[in-house]
Amino acid sequence: MGGKSSVFDMIGPIMIGPSSSHTAGVVRIARSAIRVLGGRPDHAEITFYNSFARTYEGHSSDRAIIGGLLDFKTDDPRIKQALDLAKEFGLTYNFKSIGNASVYHPNTIKLSLTKGEQKVEIIGESLGGGLINIAELDGFSANFSAQSHTLIIKAKDESGAIAFISSVIAQEKTNIATMSVSRKGKHDVACHVIEMDSGLNPITITYLKSLPWIKELIYIPEIDL
Amino acid sequence: MSYLFESFKGWKKYCEENGANLYDSVIEYEIVQKGKSEKDIWEGLQKAYTVMKDAVETGLREDMTSRSGMINNGAKKVYNHPVSVLSPEFQRLISRALAAKEVNSCMGRVVAAPTAGASGILPGTLYTLQEIHHLSDRKILEGLLVGAGIALIIEEKASLAGAVGGCQAETGSAAAMAAGAMVYCLDGTIEQVFNAVAITIQCMLGLICDPVAGLVEIPCVVRNASAAAIANSSAQIALADVSAVIPVDECIEAMGEIGSSMESKYKETAMGGLAMTLTGQTIAKRVLIRDIEILPDETLPE
Ligand code: SF4
Repeated sequence: MGGKSSVFDMIGPIMIGPSSSHTAGVVRIARSAIRVLGGRPDHAEITFYNSFARTYEGHSSDRAIIGGLLDFKTDDPRIKQALDLAKEFGLTYNFKSIGNASVYHPNTIKLSLTKGEQKVEIIGESLGGGLINIAELDGFSANFSAQSHTLIIKAKDESGAIAFISSVIAQEKTNIATMSVSRKGKHDVACHVIEMDSGLNPITITYLKSLPWIKELIYIPEIDL
Repeated sequence: MSYLFESFKGWKKYCEENGANLYDSVIEYEIVQKGKSEKDIWEGLQKAYTVMKDAVETGLREDMTSRSGMINNGAKKVYNHPVSVLSPEFQRLISRALAAKEVNSCMGRVVAAPTAGASGILPGTLYTLQEIHHLSDRKILEGLLVGAGIALIIEEKASLAGAVGGCQAETGSAAAMAAGAMVYCLDGTIEQVFNAVAITIQCMLGLICDPVAGLVEIPCVVRNASAAAIANSSAQIALADVSAVIPVDECIEAMGEIGSSMESKYKETAMGGLAMTLTGQTIAKRVLIRDIEILPDETLPE
């Protein structure tokens, strides 16, 4: 475990029961996913894997995931009524269970979200104690915790792209905590996931977005997930 | 500089050398290590205590039936029962610990202290202690800080997670936090506070984690009540200066040693103990999802 715990890890977090990995972690995966999508989805296909596949109803992870898709925080009592509230928010959904997917973490959820023309597919893992890892994003390996400012850039896979992006960020005196690049085939599209200790100025984001070789940019500022 | 909560011996020495009391040193830790302001810390604690009290009251007022049906308004039944086994205070203590934990099982708002599975123990004990001894909120918040310091050391030397150390790590640690906090609130010395922790750990050692159907309901809810009772008995013993004989740090080490040699079927996997009884398995069959696609081993989904 990295770093020392806080008093508020011992007396806290304040959360909706029954368990941090089945409720808080699940809510966080959904709230990260809708930030990648850029808003609440109209439709969600939700697949629970492995341990989650059998227990998601018993642990109410189904309410937690829908609550998160409606952007309820981890301590929002409305999570309990999330399945009923989905209708009011115009969200339709389907649940599916897949067991024995040994390539995945025991507590894994796949979300395929649609909002108008926008589509996103996320694979999230609930690691325990409410901590999460977003393992995949649209088929790219991503691996971010959604605990700090996160920048996701899909760009043409060209040499020098990584150095260029990091130098732009460095100009803002922003410290890069982690950076990963995953690509689909050579010279196709690469997905850069960058976690930073502090936030970026809107100007930098607009600048990066304007570059012709950058296809898509998603910026998730640090939020209380 | 702040104390880093590595051992009870070290914590006591630090307090003595720096003329600090137990809760000061925890505040100092949070300020130095986590960059919080003192004001934020007190506000955070007040919020946590408010949520704890709300959970107790919600569990005694609203319908508490879990989706599996295993939890069904037990706290209210205990609270309203005409026969008091020991005293009305004891009856309230037990019903409050049950109430807050039932709220957790039924998707209500709780404070994980230290974990969600043990979220009834501090609310039940502190609510009742405050009522009996007319303590101020401030005193209870100081007690919570002492409890946090206790948990920080247990996390460092053993574990707070049922999946790592069995139930002794969850309800056992919460009971130790509660006992220490109670002795502190009743003006016990540092020695007495730590002795209460040691005695509580001695009573909770070896407890396995065996939740029926993997749900945080049976036996978790009743264990929150028994842990609250043990915290009270330990506090009573420690205040009278009856020694635990084995020093608190060594008790925690024993808990860590037991946790690491405990078989994995007793660590939240629902593969042993109560979860594997005939009835436990029948319940699991009923509540677990059966409409499930099983992939052949080592196959990438889709
Ligand atoms: S039995 Fe397991 S899940 Fe239940 S309270 Fe104990 S440690 Fe937590």
